[in-house]
Amino acid sequence: MTSMLRVDQLNVVFDRFQALRGVSLDVGQGESFGLVGESGSGKSTLLRAIAGLVPVASGTIAVGGQKLGKKRDKAFYRKVQMVFQDPYGSLHPRQTVDRLLQEPLAIHGFSDGEQRIRRALDEVGLGSGFRFRYSHQLSGGQRQRVAIARALIVEPSILLLDEPTSALDASVQAEVLNLLEQVRRDRELTFLMVSHDLAVIAHMCERLMVMQNGEAVESLAATSLATRDVSQHYTRRLLKASEGFVRT
Amino acid sequence: MSALLEVEDLRVTFPTRTGVVEAVRGVSFSLGRERLGIVGESGSGKSQTGRAIMGLTPPQARVSAAKLSFDGLDLMSLPGEQRRALRGNRIAMILQDPKYSLDPVMTIGRQIMETLRTHEKVGKTEARERTLQMLEAVQIRDPKRVFDLHPHEVSGGMGQRAMIAMMLIAEPELMIADEPTSALDVTVQLDVLNILDRLVADRGMGLIFISHDLRLVSSFCDRVIVMYAGKVVEELKASDLGRAEHPYTRGLLDCMPRIDADRHPLPVLDRKPEWAA
Repeated sequence: MTSMLRVDQLNVVFDRFQALRGVSLDVGQGESFGLVGESGSGKSTLLRAIAGLVPVASGTIAVGGQKLGKKRDKAFYRKVQMVFQDPYGSLHPRQTVDRLLQEPLAIHGFSDGEQRIRRALDEVGLGSGFRFRYSHQLSGGQRQRVAIARALIVEPSILLLDEPTSALDASVQAEVLNLLEQVRRDRELTFLMVSHDLAVIAHMCERLMVMQNGEAVESLAATSLATRDVSQHYTRRLLKASEGFVRT
Repeated sequence: MSALLEVEDLRVTFPTRTGVVEAVRGVSFSLGRERLGIVGESGSGKSQTGRAIMGLTPPQARVSAAKLSFDGLDLMSLPGEQRRALRGNRIAMILQDPKYSLDPVMTIGRQIMETLRTHEKVGKTEARERTLQMLEAVQIRDPKRVFDLHPHEVSGGMGQRAMIAMMLIAEPELMIADEPTSALDVTVQLDVLNILDRLVADRGMGLIFISHDLRLVSSFCDRVIVMYAGKVVEELKASDLGRAEHPYTRGLLDCMPRIDADRHPLPVLDRKPEWAA
């Protein structure tokens, strides 16, 4: 499997606080890779470091074999797109869906915008009726669909997903997860997905990395979660916690 | 078992520009000294049900009920002052996010003392003593240190424990917990639930646990009410959850990804208009 995204010994420091401590990972082309951990474990920071949203202290990031510099070029942002956790905060409140989707097209100089917007909305199951609505006229699930459409419209090859369904109801979460799987299959995308929910990661990803205090605790295949074949105590604790409350 | 709380045909409506929104539409249940879960998606009316019992419905909304009685007291006709005396004393509520529900400019200890002294005539020294005991009861390791901290100086799990301590210090008979652990990490969630569970069992309180997480609720409560569009669609013993009959309950259980099952795509809820009828 060719490497699509490779992170090597990445360190991120905020003032004196070290958010990431020498984290490495390698995601193959077309693979779906999960990051789990509690709040403050550094999983979102890793995603943001890859996207260029937080400064990297040391270490390297390579996309498709090419090392990234300090400043990302335009081609990078076309290749790598991100979907954020909070669909209420990640869409501009005073722009219509149409305007939101035009923005990335304008940035990357696409000419056939009309067609692309229609296709993108269709692909995420929204239809043209939603095109001229504002985000406050949409439900949480619909907003997340718009955010996914906005990421897909520039035809990326990697999607960075930061807790894409944790703000949604379980039933809506199922719909959005199904949609993400569908587009990944159709477009042969590579996913790097963050979640605090082990079950979501086990469902969506082939491999995953467990993080704690900015460090990688364990890397394992999703199938070993089902068979409880984990070596670290911390992973076992997370597994146990995901089973719900047990009266002692 | 005599009922601690009886709710019959509870309705909460909000007037809006586009007409009346019925958030709660005829909810009935009774509660003894047990753990009752109320589950539903956002907008199902579960939180408004809890708030109506507490008497915290926003002023523009209208509450009506054929019966809303707590330990023989008719909450609907109770004057405001007496209602206020109940709140925090005999009926308490834990909210979702300690970041927003604790006073940011008061130390944790003072906030808890304030609650106690509002409801009971106790001196400062005794109030402090009991506050420290309470902080210990919610498994805060160093109560003396936490007493003097402000809410922003503690973690989410610690904040929620402080919140529980504050709610329990007046020794309420009924506790309403509205998503008490949703803002916490999974491992912390279980710690907090353990504390809540023990305190409820020891003190023989009635607990209403409101949550969107059907599985968590069923593992914690004795009985579960499932709400959809402001109505109760199903009521069942938590242990019988696997035998739920309503398609909505079944759908909610079914649509969650599981670690040990490979289901692609996930089953989704097919909402039927008659569920809301």
